[in-house]
Amino acid sequence: MNYPYWVAIGLLMLGLYTMVAHRNLTKKLIGMSIFQTAIILFFLVVSIKRGATLPIVVPGPVEAAAYMNPLPHALMLTAIVVMAATSGVALAILIRLHARYGTLEEDVLAERIAAEADEPAP
Amino acid sequence: MIRAQLPVLPLVLTLAGALLVSMLGIVRPRVAWPLAVTAVGAAALAAVAGVVDVVAHGTRRYAVGGWPPPWGIEVVLDPLSSFMAAVVACVATATLIAARRPAAQLYGHTVAAFYALALVAVTGFLGIIASGDMFNVFVFLEIAAIASYALVASAGGAALAAAFRYLVLGTVGASFYLLGVGLLYALTGTLNMADLAARVPAVSGSPLFVGGVGFVLVGLAIKMGLFPLHGWLPDAYTHAPTPVTALLAGVATKAAAYALARMVWYVLRPMELPVPLVLTWAGMAAIVIGGVLALRQRDARRMLAYSSVSQLGYIALGFGLATPVALAGAYLHVLNHAVMKASLFLVVGAAVAAGGRPLVGALGLGRHMPVTAACALVAAISMIGLPPAGGFFSKWYLLQAAVDTSRPLAVAAILVGSLLAAAYMYRFTEAIWAAPAGHAGPSDPPASMQVGLLTLAAATLAIGLASAALMDAVLLPAAAGAF
Repeated sequence: MNYPYWVAIGLLMLGLYTMVAHRNLTKKLIGMSIFQTAIILFFLVVSIKRGATLPIVVPGPVEAAAYMNPLPHALMLTAIVVMAATSGVALAILIRLHARYGTLEEDVLAERIAAEADEPAP
Repeated sequence: MIRAQLPVLPLVLTLAGALLVSMLGIVRPRVAWPLAVTAVGAAALAAVAGVVDVVAHGTRRYAVGGWPPPWGIEVVLDPLSSFMAAVVACVATATLIAARRPAAQLYGHTVAAFYALALVAVTGFLGIIASGDMFNVFVFLEIAAIASYALVASAGGAALAAAFRYLVLGTVGASFYLLGVGLLYALTGTLNMADLAARVPAVSGSPLFVGGVGFVLVGLAIKMGLFPLHGWLPDAYTHAPTPVTALLAGVATKAAAYALARMVWYVLRPMELPVPLVLTWAGMAAIVIGGVLALRQRDARRMLAYSSVSQLGYIALGFGLATPVALAGAYLHVLNHAVMKASLFLVVGAAVAAGGRPLVGALGLGRHMPVTAACALVAAISMIGLPPAGGFFSKWYLLQAAVDTSRPLAVAAILVGSLLAAAYMYRFTEAIWAAPAGHAGPSDPPASMQVGLLTLAAATLAIGLASAALMDAVLLPAAAGAF
């Protein structure tokens, strides 16, 4: 009955776990994407109604109760745009980090940044 | 006729400014600064006109695109949102004026990108404040946040790692907020704040409501940098370029703090949940622990960042104490902190640009940079909370509220926080005034930076003088809307 909600909760947990447990920044980003996707799934599940049809109005008398709620879909289109923009900025940052420090492992990265701060500026 | 447009006018001006700057500034980098300052200055004028209009005529609502609420998106200009919009737009104007030289040095011919991103970020902050729609607030949170991540990362090097951390935590915060909005929407079927506020009493016993409130508040607390969810803040403020830090430290956390106050006291009003208690304790912990951490820092920027954690604690404490005076005091502290923290980060930036090292004890402004050092002193007095600077009055109102509600621990936290601020600001200003300059001939920063610094310093003193009038005309009515 409520399986989709459990899937959404499972994905949320998986995303959070990946963000916390992994030292690699790319994997953290992947965890973040899973986390965001879980929320999109949650919104879409909210809009679904048993026995209802797609929210496309055809000529003739309209009965609102026969349609699924289109609003969460519209909201999630916006959320997906936000998600794409966030991932884009994150990937750009990761590319520049890797170009400069040669690693995306969090602890190695911290060491190399600290080492750089100790050296006098060129 | 233009009065009816006042709620959206600041937003439209900064957004149009961002578009113009990004198109014209790429061809001619020289026009980027004047255009950006004009846009954000016009937005500040519109925002101040909004405050005057609200005081005279009361709340104004604007249905975007002509779609009536609760279906369409509504933009609301009430005492609270008009005040916050004016704070954000005015402080952003001062920091962008001051940004001229450091931004030109850092970005060279790509400086237009900096101004365009800064204007997009300001648009986001103004949107969070103006919007009367739950989902729309999420969109503006992310518009502001994505621009902020890029701005922090623009320094390169260590700032890249700080920006990534900020991005991950900020996205988690926004996602929590979105999840909370989803739960509340599933429960009430509305996204309009006024509509939602009317429907909340009927559903406030539902477990779904508890979950929705929890996710919304945790998400916004992350965005606000409220202790113990402030993990992104110190690194981002330490490594970001000077003009970016001044802008973000001044207004970014304040817009999220506003959203938190709006949700707790004007929309959701979770009276049966221990939300005020949690805010009070988080605020007290932030004040003391943030202050202690600030005292332990050697890097001046990191010290100021932890000082922000401490000062945001005062704001959260005011939200938690939940009397009209406490809320109004917290709003006044938002203004004070925005002004003084932007000013202090600009001072550090000016000192570093003049050849100093960003260490608390080695700023070495000496007596060669009298204007900068004087501005630092004014901001420090406000941070500690001494009259006649503005910081004294907001802390005074918070103290009064803590006494009124008989919370001895809150009184103690406010006083200890001030003592800690006195200690860390003493180290800072002592270094500026007493330490001999370690290098030949540093001098005051260029005129644009001085104008920004002096404006902020003058504002600090003016707020102090005008605080009673400000409280009566704007802040107490804004707080009264919550009860």
